Amino acid sequence: MALEGLRCKECAATYALEARYVCEECFGPLEVSYDHSGLDPDEARRRIQAGSAGIWRYADFLPFSERPPSWRHSLEPGLTPLVRADRLAERLGLGEVWIKNDAANPTHSFKDRVVTVAITKARELGFETVACASTGNLANAVAAHAAACGLRSFVFVPADLEEQKLLATSVYGPRLVGVRGNYDDVNRLCTELCESRPWAFVNVNLRPYYSEGSKTLAFETVEQLGWKLPDRVVAPIASGSMFTKLAKGMSDWIDLGLVEGELPTFCGAQALGCSPVATAFAEGWEVCKPERRPETIAKSLAIGDPADGPYALDLARRTGGRIESVTDEEIRDGIRLLAETTGVFTETAGGVTVAVLAKLAEAGEIDREERVVAYITGEGLKTLDAARESYRMHEIEPTLDAFEAEFKGAGVSA
Amino acid sequence: MSVTVKIPAQLRAATGGEGELEVEGGTVGEALDAVFDQHDGLRERITQDGDLRRFVNVYVSGEDIRFQDGLDTQVNDGDEVTILPAVAGG
Repeated sequence: MALEGLRCKECAATYALEARYVCEECFGPLEVSYDHSGLDPDEARRRIQAGSAGIWRYADFLPFSERPPSWRHSLEPGLTPLVRADRLAERLGLGEVWIKNDAANPTHSFKDRVVTVAITKARELGFETVACASTGNLANAVAAHAAACGLRSFVFVPADLEEQKLLATSVYGPRLVGVRGNYDDVNRLCTELCESRPWAFVNVNLRPYYSEGSKTLAFETVEQLGWKLPDRVVAPIASGSMFTKLAKGMSDWIDLGLVEGELPTFCGAQALGCSPVATAFAEGWEVCKPERRPETIAKSLAIGDPADGPYALDLARRTGGRIESVTDEEIRDGIRLLAETTGVFTETAGGVTVAVLAKLAEAGEIDREERVVAYITGEGLKTLDAARESYRMHEIEPTLDAFEAEFKGAGVSA
Repeated sequence: MSVTVKIPAQLRAATGGEGELEVEGGTVGEALDAVFDQHDGLRERITQDGDLRRFVNVYVSGEDIRFQDGLDTQVNDGDEVTILPAVAGG
């Protein structure tokens, strides 16, 4: 088994494993390629099970020649809970639903996975400063992981981000840059800065490595299901990177014999206020028309110009899936539905995912026999505004009489 | 109109290392054609069948031309036309 190099997803031109993300021939995205010839699936599973309790147990399938890499740091994400959600399934009229709760990572989102891989590669390549263009969760993760290994960090975010995400980033001591504009403006600025600064922008010049981290979500799902594949996946789409790498992780393991079966049906979830991929899906387009002014409470998904849009569209279509969008109201309902039926409090992106799951269920898209996995990628405490005014509190005087007056007879006979 | 076209690092092998080119043109398409006349290797890297490749973004003074008239977007004297990879972020 060996790392081969970087390869263009469009024209297959190859490059050395360095900080590089664009093909010089056709401008297509680069992806890490591996040579897994001679891999023994039983031995590979044994190595995984004997590995760490986090993403480095999958180091054989990550872009490092050392397994695990010596440049890894202390803040290891992964092995987050995959919980059977029977009460949610019942509410939706479905048979078997699982929730992959990736809020249970060091900085409470799936971004810990991609950042861990990118920062480990950045250190291996000798970078001293890491940076990112973020909608919030990535900023949290980059700042924290940089702090964990003593790197300097610059994180760029839209200036109007949720306060919780700004606070949860700045506490780690990064240079926090609020850009007056939307995420796509931030991204363009970082793409330009990347040319003049000797920095590792995790989702720009290190993007081929960064995106590999999302495969670990697929690996964990398969391992936690007892080396089985789900029938259907419902996951959020912002740039489309995680969505497509989920499929890559599963199809790699199918090809290598670590798991048997077919790629699940891939369903993508977007917020109506920023739904370039869902719109392109509905219209039958192969590329996305960018959304100029994203307007949604799901700020972590508010990418108007999704880099992996064409690949996400292709994935949903070839697996018989869909890409749907939901309103802000449906997102709030989704957050509440998940919380009430599973005890998992997710951020707005998770609300999008649950709302799309509910929409698909209602439309009769999902068979009762199907095993469905929904990916909850972030933590509810980071987007508290979405839950504000959604509760009722019974305020009473501290006396038995006051309580009895408020809850007359409630539960006495039970 | 005289405009400055900014070439991203990934394409500078085709311009002999030049990062900025001064060209004449009334639209983005004309400005890019003038660039291709100087450095023919750029044409097929940026365009396919007369249109921009799908992973190429072009901005006029910071505004994405897809929100304007695409390659027909008008340029003014002194404008900056920036070519950037579209595969970043997320």
